[in-house]
Amino acid sequence: MVERRYDKNKFEPWRDPAAKPYVSIDRVTKKFGDFVAVNNVSLKIYQGEIFCLLGGSGCGKSTLLRMLAGFEAPSGGSICLDGQDLADTPPYERPINMMFQSYALFPHMSVEKNIAFGLKQEKLPRGEIASRVEEILGIVRLTEFARRMPHQLSGGQRQRVALARALVKRPKLLLLDEPLGALDRKLREHTQFELINIQEQLGVTFIVVTHDQEEAMTLASRIGVMNRGEIVQIGTPTEIYEFPTSKFVADFIGSVNMFEGRLVEDLPDRVRIQSDELGGVIHVDHGISAAPGAVVWAAIRPEKIDIRRTPPGSMAENCVRGVVKEIAYMGDMSVYLVKIDSGKTVRVTLPNIERLSDDERIVWDETVYLTWHPGSPVVVTQ
Amino acid sequence: MKIRRFLTFPNVALALGLAFLYAPIIVMIVYSFNNSRLVTVWDAANSPTLRWYVALFQDRPVLQAAWLSIRVAAMSATGAVILGTLAGLVLARFGPFRGRALLRGLATAPLVMPEVITGLSMLLLFVSLEQLLRVLLGWQFDRGMLTIMLAHITFTMAYVTVVVQSRLASFDDSLEEAALDLGARPARVFFQITLPLIMPAIMSGWLLAFTLSWDDVVVSQFVAGPGANTLPMLIYSKVRLGVNPSVNALATLMVLIVATGVIVAAVMMKRAERRREREMRMADAGG
Repeated sequence: MVERRYDKNKFEPWRDPAAKPYVSIDRVTKKFGDFVAVNNVSLKIYQGEIFCLLGGSGCGKSTLLRMLAGFEAPSGGSICLDGQDLADTPPYERPINMMFQSYALFPHMSVEKNIAFGLKQEKLPRGEIASRVEEILGIVRLTEFARRMPHQLSGGQRQRVALARALVKRPKLLLLDEPLGALDRKLREHTQFELINIQEQLGVTFIVVTHDQEEAMTLASRIGVMNRGEIVQIGTPTEIYEFPTSKFVADFIGSVNMFEGRLVEDLPDRVRIQSDELGGVIHVDHGISAAPGAVVWAAIRPEKIDIRRTPPGSMAENCVRGVVKEIAYMGDMSVYLVKIDSGKTVRVTLPNIERLSDDERIVWDETVYLTWHPGSPVVVTQ
Repeated sequence: MKIRRFLTFPNVALALGLAFLYAPIIVMIVYSFNNSRLVTVWDAANSPTLRWYVALFQDRPVLQAAWLSIRVAAMSATGAVILGTLAGLVLARFGPFRGRALLRGLATAPLVMPEVITGLSMLLLFVSLEQLLRVLLGWQFDRGMLTIMLAHITFTMAYVTVVVQSRLASFDDSLEEAALDLGARPARVFFQITLPLIMPAIMSGWLLAFTLSWDDVVVSQFVAGPGANTLPMLIYSKVRLGVNPSVNALATLMVLIVATGVIVAAVMMKRAERRREREMRMADAGG
């Protein structure tokens, strides 16, 4: 994750009950015939945010974005931007611009003309158009490509033209549909940081749609996870990753080991979960809101599990024995798939901090003990 | 030895195929330079000659018919392009609406409709229209250039529709959305984005419509009035009265015009195709 440059404690308007939302999406629904693409979604987005809508294909995130842009009309609910209801505003009159997934650069116009297109529609004087185009070309570092045609550019350059074309209009809100989807891995990482820089420089509010959790984690101030047309959780990247509120979110973001169990001890500051799937008791050092005896799931991230050869002092809690079945060496870290005594396979990742010789390494079919801190499991009830 | 190596099966088959298709036209072209008055007798002593071409350009009816044909072809191609583009646009861009399948079927039906039937139904329509206008408005109009043009628009429009629609279907409609998003009203989006992008398809549609109209004889025969003779109609009637060598010259010129139109249209489509492929390849590769 990128450490964002502005002070995190300062820029959290969503925690301030007095803050006025910039974009408010209120109980918006979109139906296509019988199919409900977006179901009763409410969202408050604040000025200066990069808000990511994250979800698998067909979860309704793109439909929501298209409703913001004005290409689809909501079947119910309202969308307000800066206090103004957008219901009757056609796309060409909304102070919103969009960067398309395919970039949608006009193939018969040069870079310069593509960028100037939006300003010409505003009937601005020619001098101002020229100076604003030049300014934005400087920001996206494409000044020397002004007269190129789109097909003469690389993917990354075209992405920046699309961004410039949308930003030059100085929109109140910029919508980005899978902004990095078409770029290769190395370029993506670089572009991600560049996008954040430009956003901070211009202070435009961004709404990003993506199916790529890594992209969402790096870019977003907050993430809204969508599933089947509904928002299932809203939070900062850390909240979403560390404190998922449902099995779906825990599973969708990153990888996770999920143990089904029953709540056997429920105190305000700690709980115990008896899990047959684990073949033992999970001790959690924080309280949860569930009835005693309820069926719950404990989610433990692979990197929060420790793997060792010798059994720890007490085998009672947060420890389980298993046999290493698979090892994947990824360079910076290794992934171990451990089959525990109950028969379930647990995924564990360890950073390769030290260079180990062959006889120091954990090997296949070795018996190991998995342990974790009582603060690590997240308990979800649905 | 060299000849033997050339006489492979594919080459022979190709030669025979081409001969089957083009030998009649080549014979006709060769005979258009024949000096003899008798079409079937080659006058080796005085050929080749441009005699019949010269005669052609002194023949008033031929020149009149040619001029009429050119005007009819140009105007009906223009009309077909306007209507065909609109139909293609509606079919490709307006989503599923009631009657879409019907419109698609009807717009393209003239492609397979027997010309005799098109011609006959057109004739019936024009005749009843004539009567109607005379009775209701006391307005007399004669069948002639106008009716030929209308009939040609009807059957050439289908070709334009197909060409334009397939071009529209193959280009990303987010381009139009992007233009709307950048503040262009729908009419501007059409003229500044959609139209320039489908221009190659429209041009090749125009050329196609032009050549179809230019060499049509059946439909014209039905709907033309007594005074109006297009070039193909003239040739047809000349041949029926007795073959005159100048017909060969005339037909040769027509072949030349049609071939030019078809080749230019094909080259334009090919070019547009190649550009589209390149754009798509770049989009897929992400650069």
